[in-house]
Amino acid sequence: MPLELLDSPGLLENQKEGLWTLNFGPQHPATHTTLRLVLQLDGETVIDAEPDIGFLHSGFEKLGESLDFNQYVTIVDRMNYISPLANEIAWHHSVEALMGIELTPRCKYIRTIFAELMRIHDHLLCTGTCVLDLGGATAFMYAFNEREYIYEICERASGQRFHTSYTRVGGLLYDVTDDWIAMVRKFCKNFPKAYADFAGLVMKNRIFIERTRGVGVLSKEDAIAGGATGPVARASGVTRDLRIDEPYLAYNDLDFDICCAKAGDCYSRFQVRMMEMEQSLKIIEQAIENLPSGPIYNEEHGKTGVPDKTEVYRSIEGLIHHFENIMPNRQMNVPVESFYAATESPNGELGYYIVSDGNFRAYRARTRPPSLLHFALFPRMIRNCMLSDVVAVLGSINIIAAELDR
Amino acid sequence: MSTAETPVAQVEKKQKKKTVQWGDDPKIGFVEALYLPAIAGGIATALKHAFFKKRSTAQYPEQKPEMPPNYRGVHRLNRDEEGRVKCVACYMCQTACPANCIEIIAAPAPQDDPKWANRDKFPATFTIDELRCIYCGMCEEACPVDAIELTSIYDLTGMSRQEMIFDKEKLLSVFDETSKAGLDPVRTNRGALGPASEKSMQSTDSPPPPGRGKHG
Repeated sequence: MPLELLDSPGLLENQKEGLWTLNFGPQHPATHTTLRLVLQLDGETVIDAEPDIGFLHSGFEKLGESLDFNQYVTIVDRMNYISPLANEIAWHHSVEALMGIELTPRCKYIRTIFAELMRIHDHLLCTGTCVLDLGGATAFMYAFNEREYIYEICERASGQRFHTSYTRVGGLLYDVTDDWIAMVRKFCKNFPKAYADFAGLVMKNRIFIERTRGVGVLSKEDAIAGGATGPVARASGVTRDLRIDEPYLAYNDLDFDICCAKAGDCYSRFQVRMMEMEQSLKIIEQAIENLPSGPIYNEEHGKTGVPDKTEVYRSIEGLIHHFENIMPNRQMNVPVESFYAATESPNGELGYYIVSDGNFRAYRARTRPPSLLHFALFPRMIRNCMLSDVVAVLGSINIIAAELDR
Repeated sequence: MSTAETPVAQVEKKQKKKTVQWGDDPKIGFVEALYLPAIAGGIATALKHAFFKKRSTAQYPEQKPEMPPNYRGVHRLNRDEEGRVKCVACYMCQTACPANCIEIIAAPAPQDDPKWANRDKFPATFTIDELRCIYCGMCEEACPVDAIELTSIYDLTGMSRQEMIFDKEKLLSVFDETSKAGLDPVRTNRGALGPASEKSMQSTDSPPPPGRGKHG
């Protein structure tokens, strides 16, 4: 990795002559959350930028050491609050990889549908606010209409709109119902129309193109060296997508493309996100039509899920099974191992590194958030841009502050 | 750079074919270069939404949203057929709670009262701090006797913190209120015997439930 990527040398005292310093954030509408940038400006041109994190520190990783593998899902929910379910899926993907649990086909498909709904959900917000920051409020509102319906789909399945806490080790909180399936079908039917409205307002808009084309360029070499993943890397021409390169859930059965662009500027990142929404819709359509029936907990792995009440009320084994699932000292068989597994979250590679000492809770649950690495690359993207472009670049890389600090 | 891409290429062989869709450059033709057609198109889209589409805004306090039957809102403590509290004070919900908001103190059931003759243990106090609670539903999942449930009441308000700490009587009164109003929660996956289990599965062809936004 080039040294200048690891540690910005900063400007020397004699280079600072004639420059002025601007504190951008932490409370600025375009930072969306609490980010702080210290900009060195020459007139209106950004010469240097120093990203500052730590304004939203909430101790999430430490909580992962005191809550068990199921309970911690309520915390990872709150990490990337733009796509809560994608975090839950990533967390339990790591836990299941650690314990060697294979999911049932139905569970895999339901999680895949939710992961893709969350991708659309995240990209709608990111593209919507990107346009909003550049002055187009209409498209943002249409994006939020669609997001509203995705919330309702989540609500029908899990009982909560936002912090769903829906996944469990080896399964899901509840099975889905038929009217949930009808809701997803309805979403698939209505989304293309809303998408066309949204894209029509923005994609060929000359003002938008001129504000974003050639702005905040990230080269392919920098993207690879700096550890960029997801839409940010793919917009720079890196053809890496964990859904295809390291398939998990049901992605191996489904047909979709990786969306990439070559330019690596704001427009490319916007375009990749727009294209990915189309591909996600394609995945959801395939998955919902091929949704397998059957249980959502895999019986082969024994007691991962809470048994149903028929068993609990009628048999002593069922009752013991139920208690063992909740009692802290006799849950699953956890190997003494450290393990990293990652999923392709809407923002990029979201992985969890779990160090296990065989206990029912993780010894260490580290998050590998995509936003942190993107934010580290941010000063490179905005060097020699205008001050007003900072907002455009920030909007296009979708930084989530809760993920930065954890 | 080539070394960075080699491992990917090796893994690829075993897996399905990787197809890449490249985004093309935006072309600003003569029509796009004139701002007017884009402005007219934008106004046309906005007008279409303003006049021909359903409004998404809900007039909230006047129009109450209809919550799905599996909504996870305020807790209730169920009564059994004889009107006693169903809870057996096993501490499972307190153990499962990630927010540590449940506090139970167990006591032996009153032996001299014939009403409690077939019960050994009951909760002397049962307190839920509704301000600490994150409504994750793990207490309900953990309960072996279906005593604690989350109802579809979502608009919980109070004037003081003390008011928001629900004791046993308050939680039982939520049960009385919701069961009288027919707002019993419905869950899937609880088995046929669970009181909150999904009773009738609808057919796949049934229309989706009405949404609250424009989708509805």
